[in-house]
Amino acid sequence: MTMLSRSEAEALLKKVLSFSKADEMAATLNGGRTANTRFGVNSANTNGDTDNITLAVNAHFGQRGGVATTNTLDEAGLERVVRAAEEIAKLRPEDPEQMPFLEKQTYQEIKDGFDEATYNADAKMRADGISKTIEPAKAKGLIAAGIFDNQGGFTAQANTRGNFGYTIGSQASYTTTVRTADGQGSGWASAMSHRLRDIEAGAVGARAIEKAEKSQNPVAIEPGKYTVILEPNAVGDLVSNMMFFFGARQADEGRSFLSKRADPKVPGSKGGNMLGEKLFGEEINVYTDPNYPGAPGAPFDGAGLPSRRMDFIKNGVVTNLNYSRFWAKKQGKEPTPFPTNLIIMEGGKSSIDDMIASTERGILVTRLWYIRLVDPQSVLYTGLTRDGTFLIEKGRIKSAIKNFRFNETPVKMLNNVEAMSPLQRITGSERVGDGFPVLAPAIKVREFEFTSLSDAI
Amino acid sequence: MKDMADVALNVARQRGASYADIRISRTMNQFVNTREKIVQNVTNTETYGFGVRVLVDGAWGFSASSKLEKPEIEKVTERAVSIAKANKVIQSRRVELVPVEKYPDAKYSTPVKQDPFTISLSEKADYLLKVNAEAMKIKGPGPMFVNSGMFFTKEEKFFASTEGSYITQTLIRSWPNFNITSVNPITGTFEQRSNLGSPIGKGYEVVAEYDLINEAPRAAEEAVKKHTAKSVEPGRKDLVLHPTHLWLTIHESIGHPTELDRVLGYEANFAGTSFATRDKLGNFQYGSKFVNVKGDKTQMNGLATAGWDDDGVKTTEWDIIKDGVLVSYQTVRDNAAVIGLKRSHGAAYADSWGSVAFQRMPNVSLQPAQGKQNISADDLIADVKDGIYIEGDGSFSIDQQRYNFQFGGQVFWEIKNGKKVGLLRDVAYQSRTPDFWNACDGVGSKEHYGLGGSYFDGKGEPGQINAVSHGCPPARFRQINVINTGRKIK
Repeated sequence: MTMLSRSEAEALLKKVLSFSKADEMAATLNGGRTANTRFGVNSANTNGDTDNITLAVNAHFGQRGGVATTNTLDEAGLERVVRAAEEIAKLRPEDPEQMPFLEKQTYQEIKDGFDEATYNADAKMRADGISKTIEPAKAKGLIAAGIFDNQGGFTAQANTRGNFGYTIGSQASYTTTVRTADGQGSGWASAMSHRLRDIEAGAVGARAIEKAEKSQNPVAIEPGKYTVILEPNAVGDLVSNMMFFFGARQADEGRSFLSKRADPKVPGSKGGNMLGEKLFGEEINVYTDPNYPGAPGAPFDGAGLPSRRMDFIKNGVVTNLNYSRFWAKKQGKEPTPFPTNLIIMEGGKSSIDDMIASTERGILVTRLWYIRLVDPQSVLYTGLTRDGTFLIEKGRIKSAIKNFRFNETPVKMLNNVEAMSPLQRITGSERVGDGFPVLAPAIKVREFEFTSLSDAI
Repeated sequence: MKDMADVALNVARQRGASYADIRISRTMNQFVNTREKIVQNVTNTETYGFGVRVLVDGAWGFSASSKLEKPEIEKVTERAVSIAKANKVIQSRRVELVPVEKYPDAKYSTPVKQDPFTISLSEKADYLLKVNAEAMKIKGPGPMFVNSGMFFTKEEKFFASTEGSYITQTLIRSWPNFNITSVNPITGTFEQRSNLGSPIGKGYEVVAEYDLINEAPRAAEEAVKKHTAKSVEPGRKDLVLHPTHLWLTIHESIGHPTELDRVLGYEANFAGTSFATRDKLGNFQYGSKFVNVKGDKTQMNGLATAGWDDDGVKTTEWDIIKDGVLVSYQTVRDNAAVIGLKRSHGAAYADSWGSVAFQRMPNVSLQPAQGKQNISADDLIADVKDGIYIEGDGSFSIDQQRYNFQFGGQVFWEIKNGKKVGLLRDVAYQSRTPDFWNACDGVGSKEHYGLGGSYFDGKGEPGQINAVSHGCPPARFRQINVINTGRKIK
């Protein structure tokens, strides 16, 4: 059994800590089940159903620390990993930045993060869901691929200062790509939730089929700056990527897009960060809230800090950066828990149809692909459109168009937003939403920069 | 171990499997991370367990557990069989496997001089702090930051299959690395330079060979020079690409598109498909006559090098592109059968006992100039009027059929009239795969061949990693589109 209850996890962690000879020790258990069924070319492909528990032990001797992990959890295995962490700590140099483990913390309960049926779902359930894409795809002469997965697990932390935390969560997702037999059309759709019952596999398949049919025989239009409607997965991918660079230390050290230049007229001026500065449009809000309905986070982060609602961008202003415990102490700030979910731009009322209807000439993007950082100074990203890109003229979709490569920075994008839809939970093109719920809207933005055409369909 | 494996194979046979395999594996990683004068993090990880894969009535089933006990092996094997049976309703094509020889007692280990897990932590930490100190001696316009690290992996795995094979392997990989950042507080800008060496299938001896202590000051100087380097004028230019850079372009634009699972459509939902479709096999001019590319899971020091793949197929070397023409794909046992091949090239890999084996890239390498000697990057540069010489890998992105790509780098040298004249900044090049490789008009010789690679090549759903090397000489490409990536946001 790899899904431990609170009392089982607590007992196991107590036993681990009882082996400690270190000045102080912390231990974390992560366990559970992950299961999936993949399909390609309208047929079952690989699959998996795996049980595992991993134990990580962190031992401190003064300012020396060492971490060792194992998944061999018999008595000998537990003691071995404790000794291994202690051995590392003894052999390494001191780290003046190492912080002592946290005293006892109070954690909020995540009210609706785990669903038993999602944890238990079997291969038959997944195959039934997948058949709701494969059968209609086959009937239309289309070719489908995708994955249906479900998982559930727990995390428990304890340390020798008396802190303990436990949480459980589940997740299911279904994504599919449907292509035309001649390779001239391709559509993608996805759904993700902590509850399997929220995933309507037939509806997801139908959306991908519709996109595949509509995206056939794309025409080439010139790269350049366009008004663009980005569907929620595209928005969530770009903004989540940018949020990785919200670290306070990097900004304070001058190596982040959130660094502020020093004032040459002020002797000793070091610059600092852009906390409190308005860098984005007035309507832009990005925050984390572990108990946001439909996007359950965790009650604590990896360091054991209690999660809480925290704004990163409020009305376009940078309102919080991520302060590690060390950096917060050094800068005289409160440490910030690392977010366990992300709510991007709440409050939009427009539908994608509204956005299309209000667009004289623009482009509708289903999703972005292979998004990579080009320049950290401007958080310039490149990537491509994929699986459904359309030209809008005079308020209507005119035709499918060839995919584009973009080179764009979310900072500029978030100053050019003209409309937003209500939020949707995303999977992300490269699964940014896996284990980290992200809610994002579709948005309409002006002057989004496409730099070249792609022949890929 | 054999008796444990036989439990799975026997249960699978009894439950009607036409094929079954079990992998019992232990994977150990060690990370040592530093910044400036501080060792930040030392972590040893270890994971142990087994995965059972069965083929029942033409459908795959896979299940895995960390509890290596006979009753658990039986339970997990039965679960794999039940998954295969449940999938029958969506099994439009029956999975068939090409034949494989049996290896009743096979063994392979990565040839290493020093097992990195036997070297003391203090030696590793001291070395990295010396690297940092050397970099920090260089004066820039403001603070200089250095992160350095070592990453080591040892995979011990035992594979057994109903074909009669029992294969024991130990695979070792090592990666010493650094990244330097020079800050100019007055302009509010920062510049970075990473080390040029890649992870490699060697032991701790690579630390001495890469000599990061010697590279660090040069790298720090280049990071500083980037502040005042000329911003590139975009347009079509000739490129000369060093092996420390070119490996990644090979990986993305030749390695991935020639994976047969992508070509057939099995990865369409995530990694994508491929422009290198089956109708192109044997007749498509992928590149110029200078472009000869081999797949090779036996390559010395390759990250993907092994004795056998995770289908139990003995690894091999073969041509993928010959004289510029696409001549074959990377394959595993099931997809080789789809296109009527007689055997697999042996490209199956699973990144852990808990992951199912599927097609992963072998080492894929561009061959040096045949029958010629001592052609260096400088020789290729000598015939360039207006171009850029690029060292080190940087930003990378490519579309889902592997046509349109964009690459950055670490160090960009402007070339004028056959000479390197100074550093450039804000450089990326963007091209279309067949156009790019057909624009290759020169490759270096074997004396200048180098091996780059990736520790963490991602593919599949759920995502798995694969370590893979790409060897190449320096090479020249004519009239490639260069773009300027500089942007102002404040």
